[in-house]
Amino acid sequence: MFVTSAYAQETAPAAAEGDTHAGTAVPAAEHEAFPPFDAKTFPSQILWLVITFGLFYLFLKRVVMPRLGSIIDVRNDRITQDLDHAARLKDEADAAVAAYEQELAEAKANANKIGQQASDAAKADAESTRKKLEAELEKKLGEAEASIASIKAKAMKEVGTIAEDTTSAIVEALVGGKADKTEIAAAVKSASR
Amino acid sequence: MAAADKVDPIHQFQIHPIIPLHIGGYDVSFTNSSLFMVVTIVLASAFLYMSTASRALIPGRLQSVSEMAYEFVGNMLRDAAGKQGMQFFPLVFSLFMFVLVANLIGLFPYFFTVTSHIIVTFTLAILVIGTVIVYGFAKHGFGFLKLFVPHGVPGYLLPLVVAIEVISFVSRPVSLSVRLFANMLAGHITLKVFSGFVVSLSAFGALGIAGSVLPLAMAVALSALELLVAFLQAYVFAVLTCMYLNDALHPSH
Repeated sequence: MFVTSAYAQETAPAAAEGDTHAGTAVPAAEHEAFPPFDAKTFPSQILWLVITFGLFYLFLKRVVMPRLGSIIDVRNDRITQDLDHAARLKDEADAAVAAYEQELAEAKANANKIGQQASDAAKADAESTRKKLEAELEKKLGEAEASIASIKAKAMKEVGTIAEDTTSAIVEALVGGKADKTEIAAAVKSASR
Repeated sequence: MAAADKVDPIHQFQIHPIIPLHIGGYDVSFTNSSLFMVVTIVLASAFLYMSTASRALIPGRLQSVSEMAYEFVGNMLRDAAGKQGMQFFPLVFSLFMFVLVANLIGLFPYFFTVTSHIIVTFTLAILVIGTVIVYGFAKHGFGFLKLFVPHGVPGYLLPLVVAIEVISFVSRPVSLSVRLFANMLAGHITLKVFSGFVVSLSAFGALGIAGSVLPLAMAVALSALELLVAFLQAYVFAVLTCMYLNDALHPSH
């Protein structure tokens, strides 16, 4: 490397001096100023620093920083966009879920209504059938009662006649002679009371 | 190369011309220092330029490093000087990258450390303070002088406080430049001294070579420390620049 070889050339006398102190010598101030404080090198360092740093500043300001800024902006935009997109999709999904749930609720309500109607209709049907049957039974019961009543009445009437006949026969047998028919009827009536 | 050269910790800071140049009686030769300034900006520019060339949406490793540096300095400036401070972003970013890369290059053996010279750090510090002063007066006129008059100080204390404020302002470029310069200088001297011990000790035969393990371990540890210092000093330089720029933007505390 040129740096090292140049060091060697320039500092040969100083090195010879340094050899005498066990290797870790600091160069004596009379020979050379401490390099960082050597004012002879200042103009060159300032000039080249201004040139290089100026170029560096311009390059960064004009080329590198706009590019880095745009990369980061583009990425941030993209992330915002993607987040928006995701939020929109989520809203859509939420709306779909809400619509589904509403439809489900409606369907449930419909099903309930239909069930209710069916059960109502079935109940009404059963009721009417029951009423018809009851009415029929009532009618039959009435008819039966009526026929029993008529049979009973007829039987009762026949009982009177039999009694009268029996009475007149008894009277005839006991008393001899015919008893008055109307008297017997009256007597039977009072006795049967 | 003579053995004595290796163990002299000061030679690494010597400046010698490569292309001699004299303008108006001044020696403005292109020196090894100038060469490493060029190397610094070429390396830093090339890295920033090439790592971002693909403008990838999903950054690769190198592009991540560039973006990280960019956002790191950007956040630093925004935190210290607010949104208005972002107009100085190119300046602070350039300073940070320049100092950082110069420090890092200086860590390589036989390489020259640009920031180990007080005149370089002082010129950068003057650039910062000059920007603060010029911008401060251009934006606030004489209102910029409120910087030296803190609010709510009783009248009889005012002369003393103003004097202190002025002194602290004037010492800023000095402290800013000396901090970086002294850190780099001291670190490189220490490193060189310990590495020198390794060479000197190994000249004493087997026992010396065994003993030289200690300074060698020390040199390794110091190299790690110097890497940290290279980052830290670039960061400190940039942070202080941000804080001083904040004064230019908002002079009344």
